[in-house]
Amino acid sequence: MANYLLIDFGSTFTKLCAVNSEKCEILGTASDFTTVETDITEGYQKALSKLFEKIGNKIKFEQVIACSSAAGGLKMAAIGLVKELTVEAAKRVCLGAGAKVDLVFSHHLNQSEIQQIITGKIDIVLLAGGSDGGNSEAVIYNAEILGKSGIKIPVVFAGNKSAQDQITEIFNKYNMNGHICDNVMPTINVLNITSAREKIREIFLKQIIEAKGIKKIENDINRVILPTPLAVLDAAKLLSEGYLEEEGLGEIVVVDIGGATTDLYSICSSSKRSDVIIQGLEEPFAKRTVEGDLGMRYSAPGIVKSLSEREINFINKEKGVDIVSEVNRRYSNVKLLPENNHDEFVEQFLAEMCAYRAMHRHCGRINEVLTPMGKVFNQVGKDLSDVSYVIGTGGVVIKSKKQYDILKQTTNILHNPSELRPNDPEFLVDHEYIMAAMGLLSKIDPMVALKIMKKHISHIRGRQDETSK
Amino acid sequence: MKTIVIGVIGADVHAVGNKIIEYTLSKSGYNVINIGVLSSQEDFINAAIETNADMIMVSSLYGHGEIDCRGMRDKCIESGIENILLYVGGNIVVGKQDFTEVKQRFIEMGFNRVYPPGTSIDEALTDFKTDLGE
Repeated sequence: MANYLLIDFGSTFTKLCAVNSEKCEILGTASDFTTVETDITEGYQKALSKLFEKIGNKIKFEQVIACSSAAGGLKMAAIGLVKELTVEAAKRVCLGAGAKVDLVFSHHLNQSEIQQIITGKIDIVLLAGGSDGGNSEAVIYNAEILGKSGIKIPVVFAGNKSAQDQITEIFNKYNMNGHICDNVMPTINVLNITSAREKIREIFLKQIIEAKGIKKIENDINRVILPTPLAVLDAAKLLSEGYLEEEGLGEIVVVDIGGATTDLYSICSSSKRSDVIIQGLEEPFAKRTVEGDLGMRYSAPGIVKSLSEREINFINKEKGVDIVSEVNRRYSNVKLLPENNHDEFVEQFLAEMCAYRAMHRHCGRINEVLTPMGKVFNQVGKDLSDVSYVIGTGGVVIKSKKQYDILKQTTNILHNPSELRPNDPEFLVDHEYIMAAMGLLSKIDPMVALKIMKKHISHIRGRQDETSK
Repeated sequence: MKTIVIGVIGADVHAVGNKIIEYTLSKSGYNVINIGVLSSQEDFINAAIETNADMIMVSSLYGHGEIDCRGMRDKCIESGIENILLYVGGNIVVGKQDFTEVKQRFIEMGFNRVYPPGTSIDEALTDFKTDLGE
């Protein structure tokens, strides 16, 4: 019998998931509040006793592994040269590594930007710029100014390889916590995620976890191996691609609506059409975007911030709610749980807005260009038209009575022909909130993780006529 | 090795000449960054900054080159690559206009070299060597 305990130290909740690998079964799940400010083991112990209560007896675990987004998650600053190129590449690498990109800078850094890195409590700086053999002046300047500022946080250099030697010298000269890896954009529009992502993960394990107060728990668990979003990304990839003879679901989109952010993951190629001309930086097959202004609690005010007064009035009248006070209520009490129909209605409405907006920012765009040679299509970003499944996760989606209405928001409900949203996907829900846990399990036993996901991530509640197609 | 950014500007999808230019320049020992068809001025300039290019070579085959190229030098100046060499060639204007006038207009727009229709890329190679100081 191999029992594993998988833990997700989230910003609000510590979530536990116990699995048995021989039966490919979930033994039980439980959660309690994350107690990183005091002692992270408190919340963990509470959740653990709840779990044992559910299972009925205390069981022994072969391995206990965890992912974490506690204490603000992994906060990064992405620095590049040109906004559309190395800055964008650096940003995508950070997101692909499961980080929150709090700061994004281009060209030469100035003192106020250096100050923002210091005061913003950034965990890791990713310094990119220049294709291989291209511009090295900017990255050298930026490394030097970072060095002079005396910052001690890890700086990962992933820019022009021709500048590596000089960058290493600067790292040594200022005694910096510097790391060198491959260029995130070795040639124009080509994205190289792997090397920098692995480096970020390595630093996260060795240095960041300790700073986040998670080290305290090391006696109880074997190890913390991933930032939570990376665990979800790995789970989504596994579920999409399959493992050995166990088939995956094909191309999928995962939408995770949380309290602080809405994360979107798409696992698919950027286009299957031969009649389009694709422009811009290469898109990763497994792409993650994070919307820091779209969330159900901490980021609820962000949902209404971009609305005009007219739209707010319209919503208030149409839906019969005071939307501004509702989001503020959620922002000031992040532990709020919906108590009545009215609360549920507002939760549902906010979740739908999050899903719609997050997809609006994640999906690619297509434009018709009229040329003297006829009509051609010009595509920027990823084409999600043909993805087979849209999978919902996150507390609000899981608890919603109208899951279909939330997930439907990721499709092209407004019939905007330029947005490459999923056309006609099937909708699934991660009912037991296991995706992050399965991402962790995929590191030990991908086959079991895949089988459990295929069993437990299943059809949505509500609108059964739509789900049974 | 000198770096040259090439591509086809505007709503122009003529890809064949673009490939021939890439082939010839690479064979002649240049580091060629080909940004392809349907490229905007910004695409050329961004690629030139990241690759620290010595030259931008703009192709335009569909007659709207003059509109597409207007203001490109100014953007280079704004972007900090004011000294980059700008070449343009192809069927850069509509109809049978006197090429000396056309050339003058493009030179006033800040282009260093302007090539008439039917120029072989080999002819331009000699100019590169002079302008790039090789």
